Amino acid sequence: MIRVRNVCLHYQTVQGTVKAVENVSFDIFDGEILGIAGESGCGKSTLMKGIYGNVEAPLALTQGSIEMEIEQVGERQVIPSTQFHRYWWEHISYIPQASMSVLNPVVRIQDQFFDSYLRADVRALGKQQLQGRIAEYLRELELPVEVLHSYPHQLSGGMRQRVIVALATFVHPRFVLADEPTTALDVVVQRGILTMLVNLQRQLQNTFILVSHDMGVHYQITDRMVIMYAGQVVEIAPTAILFERPRHPYTQLLINSLPRLGDDTQRFGIGGRPPSLLAPPPGCRFAARCHLADDQCRQVQPPLVEVAPGHFSACLKHEWVTEIPLVGERETT
Amino acid sequence: MSDKFLEIKNVSKIYRIGGLLGQTKIAAVDNVNLALERGKPQVLSIVGESGSGKTTLARMLLHLIQPTHGEILIDGMQTGGQLNGAQLKAFRRRAQPIFQNPFESFSSRKTVDTYLFETARNILGAQTQAAANRAVDEALVNVGLSAERVVGRYPNQFSGGELQRISVARAMIPRPELIVADEPVSMIDASMRMNVVNLFKKLRDEFKVTILYITHDLSTAYYVSDQIAIMYRGSIVESGPSAKVLKTPSHPYTELLLDSVAKIGEKWNEVVRLPDLETKEYGYKGCKFAGRCAYAREVCRQAKPPIVTLDGQSQVHCFKPVDYQHPAPAGGS
Repeated sequence: MIRVRNVCLHYQTVQGTVKAVENVSFDIFDGEILGIAGESGCGKSTLMKGIYGNVEAPLALTQGSIEMEIEQVGERQVIPSTQFHRYWWEHISYIPQASMSVLNPVVRIQDQFFDSYLRADVRALGKQQLQGRIAEYLRELELPVEVLHSYPHQLSGGMRQRVIVALATFVHPRFVLADEPTTALDVVVQRGILTMLVNLQRQLQNTFILVSHDMGVHYQITDRMVIMYAGQVVEIAPTAILFERPRHPYTQLLINSLPRLGDDTQRFGIGGRPPSLLAPPPGCRFAARCHLADDQCRQVQPPLVEVAPGHFSACLKHEWVTEIPLVGERETT
Repeated sequence: MSDKFLEIKNVSKIYRIGGLLGQTKIAAVDNVNLALERGKPQVLSIVGESGSGKTTLARMLLHLIQPTHGEILIDGMQTGGQLNGAQLKAFRRRAQPIFQNPFESFSSRKTVDTYLFETARNILGAQTQAAANRAVDEALVNVGLSAERVVGRYPNQFSGGELQRISVARAMIPRPELIVADEPVSMIDASMRMNVVNLFKKLRDEFKVTILYITHDLSTAYYVSDQIAIMYRGSIVESGPSAKVLKTPSHPYTELLLDSVAKIGEKWNEVVRLPDLETKEYGYKGCKFAGRCAYAREVCRQAKPPIVTLDGQSQVHCFKPVDYQHPAPAGGS
């Protein structure tokens, strides 16, 4: 498992310290698909950098710890995030959003596999055997083997993203982080790639952490979800429960802000915008956009409390969340 | 004058790819026909995956590129071919674009109002500062913003949703009859999308603007549009009233698209088949979807599918509803 404890990730900029992630704690259990959702700028990608152990200036882990617990040579080991880079690819790997900027444009796909795995234990296999293994793995994932001889620009966006999934999972890492892996793709390809990820996870019994702003994607494939807002975790719950009975007004608005096929109800976006992370307001950060907020909300920072077994919410009004009107005239500015 | 406000007649755009040797032609838009009635402002959605030709069609409508064959008439005015300066200006007054990425359409070194005032002066033709101010102010109020909140600020001081509403305001300054919006909400957060999408309904109802909404997102297309056209590899495969097309899809591709949406409340079950080599599909003689279609028969690969009118409302380009019978020489429409 991965333990995230009281983590603060801050960017040092000329305007001051941007508190991108503030005091975040949760566990990532073995064998689950964990979804992280929130709007852009909520800190979800920064948190992923932290979990991947890829924290470089101007970003710094100013407080707290992230630890990975893995089994190696029959022993359980606890590894701090500063050491994660030694375990990249083999134990923890990363699928980023922009597939074109990840693959080297002047290197054939096959050589990208070689480059990534030559440093690993896989080297012992020798090039010939490695080549055979890669081809076999692609066949398992139902990708055409010919892509190995192609350059990235010769492949479509969907195919590139599938190649990256193959690359990231080739040596069966225990943890796979995917940051908006299908956001730039159309629905059919998105469904294909997500199905492929789920099947892989079932087969390898490993842990997936999926970041997406699309609540539909989370509903389809995740087991448990973490909702972030303005650098903080506002709700954690098993996915089915989260959609059935959200306990944070932000989650509820997120679920209901987009229209659904075949449903003609008038929908509204969430009014206002998230607070600046340079100088966040005291109290609940969502208060300015929340219909339940009162003076107490604006003054007291709500703690993340367990409102039901395995269901955490950082809202003083969590009992009244489902009573927010979902339709009706809401301010749009 | 004809009774059509917008007419797209047999429009094709052919690109050549490759060098001098081994050049191939790709019909990015292949013989597309569409028409919208006069005097009835509507939202027409053009839906398709990446590479379906929807952006190419939009660029031709905006006179940014020229069709290889066919003609496009907006209110009886030809947009293809050469237009001189005055004609072009007259055209720009009638048809205005909204682009996909608001962070790219506004330069980060200019205040956003620069664009609003330039449009007011150059396209609307405001002679005095007072007239320009009035036009800008009114346009901003219509999208739920105000001049005092916008003037003098740079793009990084706005959220994506606000910037896109400013784009809509800019497009509305010359009081166009047609707005072509190319993926206007795909770069903005789910929580703010509806603020922009709802604007399109408002523009249609209050300002009688016809809106061409180009998207790959079926749920917002269903929500906002009156008419819809589904494109695949340059051809329209199904078109008609959006409720009819999306509630009772007739083309197998429309069905696939609808099944692939990551819905909330209904999980995916079976596996989808993804295309391998997309460039090949553009060259298919018959139906371009035949290679992926579960219902395809030999005739689908050999001949162009007929256009079948269903219930006098929607049109589908498919052999299936006519029991795979070859169309009559007249074209079968």
